[in-house]
Amino acid sequence: MSAFSAYLVKRMGYIGVTLLLISLIIFAITQLLPGNAAVMILGKQATEESIAAIEQQLGLNRAWYVQYFDWLVGFVTGDWGISFSNRQEVAKLIFPRLVRSAQLAAITSILVTVTAIPLGVLAAIKQDSIWDLLASAGGYVGVSLPEFVIGTAFIALFTGPVFQILPYGGYEPLSSGVVTWAKHLILPSVTLSIILTAHVMRLTRSEVVEVLRKDYVRSARLKGLSETKVISRHALRNGLLPTITLLTLNVGYLLGSIVVVEEVFTFPGLGRLLVRSIQARDLPVIQVTVMLLAIVYAFSNLTADVLYTYLDPRIEYGEEE
Amino acid sequence: MATGESTTESVRITELLTSRVSSVVFGVLSTRKGFISVCFLAPILVLSLAAPLIAPYDPTAIHVADKFAGPGGQYLLGTDGYGRDLLSRVLYGGRASIIIGLASTAFGLVFGVPIGIVSGYLGGRFDELMMRLMDTLLSIPSLLLALLVVTVLGSGIVNTILAIGVVFTPGIARITRSSTLSVKNEEYITAAEARGESLYHIAFREILPNVSSPILVEASIRVGFGILIGTSLSFLGLGTQPPFPDWGYMISVSRSHLHSSIWFMLWPSLALGFTIMGFNLIGDALRDVMDSKVHSD
Repeated sequence: MSAFSAYLVKRMGYIGVTLLLISLIIFAITQLLPGNAAVMILGKQATEESIAAIEQQLGLNRAWYVQYFDWLVGFVTGDWGISFSNRQEVAKLIFPRLVRSAQLAAITSILVTVTAIPLGVLAAIKQDSIWDLLASAGGYVGVSLPEFVIGTAFIALFTGPVFQILPYGGYEPLSSGVVTWAKHLILPSVTLSIILTAHVMRLTRSEVVEVLRKDYVRSARLKGLSETKVISRHALRNGLLPTITLLTLNVGYLLGSIVVVEEVFTFPGLGRLLVRSIQARDLPVIQVTVMLLAIVYAFSNLTADVLYTYLDPRIEYGEEE
Repeated sequence: MATGESTTESVRITELLTSRVSSVVFGVLSTRKGFISVCFLAPILVLSLAAPLIAPYDPTAIHVADKFAGPGGQYLLGTDGYGRDLLSRVLYGGRASIIIGLASTAFGLVFGVPIGIVSGYLGGRFDELMMRLMDTLLSIPSLLLALLVVTVLGSGIVNTILAIGVVFTPGIARITRSSTLSVKNEEYITAAEARGESLYHIAFREILPNVSSPILVEASIRVGFGILIGTSLSFLGLGTQPPFPDWGYMISVSRSHLHSSIWFMLWPSLALGFTIMGFNLIGDALRDVMDSKVHSD
């Protein structure tokens, strides 16, 4: 176990360095937009004196490393500054939206897990059957349709003249009733889960197919174990590990597509805030939002790696590739 | 004398390349995935890239009397809310989307491949520094990184290509590096070193031809992904701009007219879906063909 905790410590250190580098990249963006911050606040007609005044006030005339350090300390201590565009505290803008986006992400992850893994296993067991072909064709279609295409098609189908059964978009908190809450979340989360389901299903299939070819599966079969036992005891246990990893790794993809899907369904989450902030060049909000998403991504990668190392089946079977 | 030698060498290389390329093309076409993908992609690519020659109308020409026309008749696929011909707009939009996919992949290759080869070959400090940088870029989700670059550069087709190119570079560098590591101790590299060849020669004449297969597979999959990111950026209003929109922007605009006309949204969606699927399939077919070549060699 001590080797394992040493590994954990090493990984945490690595994440720390990566996040520090990301924060530098994100901060560099402020530097790459010369003078813009002040102009953005004051508008294009601003006089040189007023620009100088606001640069003084915001500390934009200090050396870049002083500004970076200042920003970093602020970020770590939770002092996230004031939004350029609506003069609100960044933290107050971000928290409610973070909670809403987290709900969307959690529901999506559950949907993906309960659909993709069974479908992938089914396709692998019934290899080369019509089900397998259908699953793989469905997988290709799912992977190839961008979220905004699927989302727009859903809006056309379920909120308009065809079936008017779901709201066009937006969000309602749980306090306005479970049904209302769920109705607003169903289209965005199903849209988000389609591409991910296709990805995870394809990987699950190929992993289980791989495992079913292994010697220990053949010998389990030769021992006379029933097919169900062969599959549940050997094939699934070993084939699903990479899938667990992939589920976590897909968080990266989810973090990108959530931005698009929130925009499609006018869902007031972190993604939509980010797009609005980019359009308005609202740097304090952009910096904190991207940094938070990078942190979530880094830790989900860590979880994936740790799970994989901790649960690696080869330790038990002593089999090498 | 020297020129004669290099001419015969280049003829030999050309012949070798032609035979390799044609065997790969036939290999891809003979797989089911490859055949289906070419059936999708060939017409879409030809029609979109030839848009200025074949589009029946100017894509920006407004025909007020004919707005929201259905398909058939004077306008083959119908018209949008300004009465603009949808077929012409889909063709021009495809041109933008496909150019973004191809150009951003090319950008990723131009920067990623040299970084990967040189890092893998040299190793040591340089390798460590480069890979740490690449890993940092990889640890920002793709679309977010593209959004960040767009924040700096602003929107527009060229900036979209640059943004996606930046996103693609680290992944391509990683794959190139790992392939380079597997060939760098081969005899022909040692021989080239003994001959005192330059780093440039070793990287691009000795290593590159031998790591090209995985890079080719990677690039073919990236094109579809590049189209996906590019159209997503346009959909968010941060990519290509009117009056020359790509499919993403067209779909974004169509949302406010869903109740008046579904065609407006349907055609670019179908074109986009088939294009991305085509590139995904051709990437998989290429990988299958290359894998079987590696195993049979």
